[in-house]
Amino acid sequence: MATQTKAIPNAPVAVRRSEGVWRDAWKRLRKNRLAIVGGFGVLLLAFAGIFGPMLAPHPYQVQDIAAVVANGNEPLPPFQDMNHPLGTDQLGRDLMSRLLDGAQVSLTVAMVVQLVVLFIGVPLGAIAGWVGGRLDTYLMRVTDIFYAFPDLLFIILMSVAFRETAFGRALNGVLLVFVAIGLTSWVTVARLVRGQLLSLKETEFVEAARAIGVNDRNIVTKHLLPNAIGPVIVAVTLGIPTAILAEATLAYLGIGVQPPRASWGTLINDGVNQIRVYPWLVLMPGTLIALSLMSFTFLGDGLRDALDPKLKGKQ
Amino acid sequence: MVGFIIRRVLWLIPVLFVVSLITFAFMHMVPGGPWSYEKQLNAGTINRLNAIYHLNDPIWQQYLTWLLGVLRFDFGPSFRYSDRTVNDILADGWLTTVHLGAMAFGLSVFVGIPLGIIGALGHNRLPDYVATAVSMVGIATPSFVLAILLIVIFSVGLDWFPSRGWKGPDTWVLPVVALSGYQIAQIARYTRASMLEVTRKDYVRTAHSKGIRNTAVVVRHMIRNALIPVITILGPILAFLVTGSFIIENFFGIPGIGRNYIAAIGGRDYSMIMATTIIYAFAVAFLNLIVDVMYAYIDPRIRYS
Repeated sequence: MATQTKAIPNAPVAVRRSEGVWRDAWKRLRKNRLAIVGGFGVLLLAFAGIFGPMLAPHPYQVQDIAAVVANGNEPLPPFQDMNHPLGTDQLGRDLMSRLLDGAQVSLTVAMVVQLVVLFIGVPLGAIAGWVGGRLDTYLMRVTDIFYAFPDLLFIILMSVAFRETAFGRALNGVLLVFVAIGLTSWVTVARLVRGQLLSLKETEFVEAARAIGVNDRNIVTKHLLPNAIGPVIVAVTLGIPTAILAEATLAYLGIGVQPPRASWGTLINDGVNQIRVYPWLVLMPGTLIALSLMSFTFLGDGLRDALDPKLKGKQ
Repeated sequence: MVGFIIRRVLWLIPVLFVVSLITFAFMHMVPGGPWSYEKQLNAGTINRLNAIYHLNDPIWQQYLTWLLGVLRFDFGPSFRYSDRTVNDILADGWLTTVHLGAMAFGLSVFVGIPLGIIGALGHNRLPDYVATAVSMVGIATPSFVLAILLIVIFSVGLDWFPSRGWKGPDTWVLPVVALSGYQIAQIARYTRASMLEVTRKDYVRTAHSKGIRNTAVVVRHMIRNALIPVITILGPILAFLVTGSFIIENFFGIPGIGRNYIAAIGGRDYSMIMATTIIYAFAVAFLNLIVDVMYAYIDPRIRYS
């Protein structure tokens, strides 16, 4: 070393607080009122899904026949009897308890589907983008095939095909449907990660990492994927409403959650024939589906705006 | 460009082949067979039926038989309706399905794009809030819930439209609206975001500073550029509208091919399941191909090699 620097003890050092990407994004997200409202909706759904059984006034499958008989053989309307705050269905089952049970189903579908998406989509996209060449072409052809598969048809067929196996019976038959939904939705994330890696692997920090001898695996997992994570978070958040919607649609068709358990889709299916007489039996689960879809969409949109550096300083 | 199209069309063949293979495998894993009626048939009858429909052949041979048939556009006999082939059933239904999908597509485009443009031009003012609210409702309401609400309001309540059937323009309204709700919202959101992006572009500022009238800037410079990304989602949307209509068909009792699918799985009508899946997969892949080609046509900067 030609020059030597001597540290001066106790010298005042100008500390520049570094503003990381995440702190920056959080700042922008906080200013987005819709995203915050969406975030609260998501937290509320998570809370209801986790603590639902404890909050529920009754177990979801217990029939309070006496209450229905006392009401002239009609389901109790909401806000009439404090014992059943949101009323009951025709079998005397407490609607609030059933809605809370449905929240758990929706929360589970949101998580399981996105876990499947991450476990398949991120590795496949990363390998395709990093290795490139012929392997990339083959993997992208595989995504083409999954893309061409009609989603709902695939899910219905798969759930019927494996219904009798041990896997099909797991978690009352819902795990199979959730995994099937996940298998139809990972393509977007795989393409996204691939695209990100394709552009990121040409950057200087990768060259630098290579120059100091970091091996391929560490370059991908420690340098490339963390940089690609923003768009993935957005895609996963925006994928959740699609998954919840698919679950509700399938449940409405009688596929997935089996009675006496309830999902918001099955509740709608149960109530649709008497909608003229007892509209709340359909309107309440319908509203909850709508609110959770909206919450995730608002939050996802907000995250995209917050994490997208293109918009930096423009809004 | 021609080379690109040819390669993409040829690529459809392996895609459809793999889709048919997976469907065939899954379908034969489904427990029970086409003859599992509530009333048990005796073993001799089942055996004879199996022989007639080639179900005693090894599974690979059954697949080959099916594949050779499809190459001649023959989807085989239906396992449920002894007097009709799958081709007959599809011939009856496909026009209705395409009709429904095309009308819903038209409605989605002609409502969704203007809605998005209005929202962007009135950014953060009343028109924007109205347009955003409409598209939020569209995104958050599943098609079957929308269908229920439409029937309750316009069929039961106001008695404007019938709640079932497919016999004339008045029976078309509710299913088409129910099917397009989500897509209108999607298109509006994309258009709005894309228009807002374009508003900030230099060429728009240049156009304004040249003194071009505002309407001309909007129509000639902004909308034309803003619609390019919107076109990418039109392919999946059209594919969804044609293939995703089976819930609406079920709900409104519309005699399309989608309605047959759920019945076919329930009744293990093997040839019908295969036919609908393949046709839907073809529709999705083909429509995406058309969008890719259109994309290059509309945006001269895109070149496929």
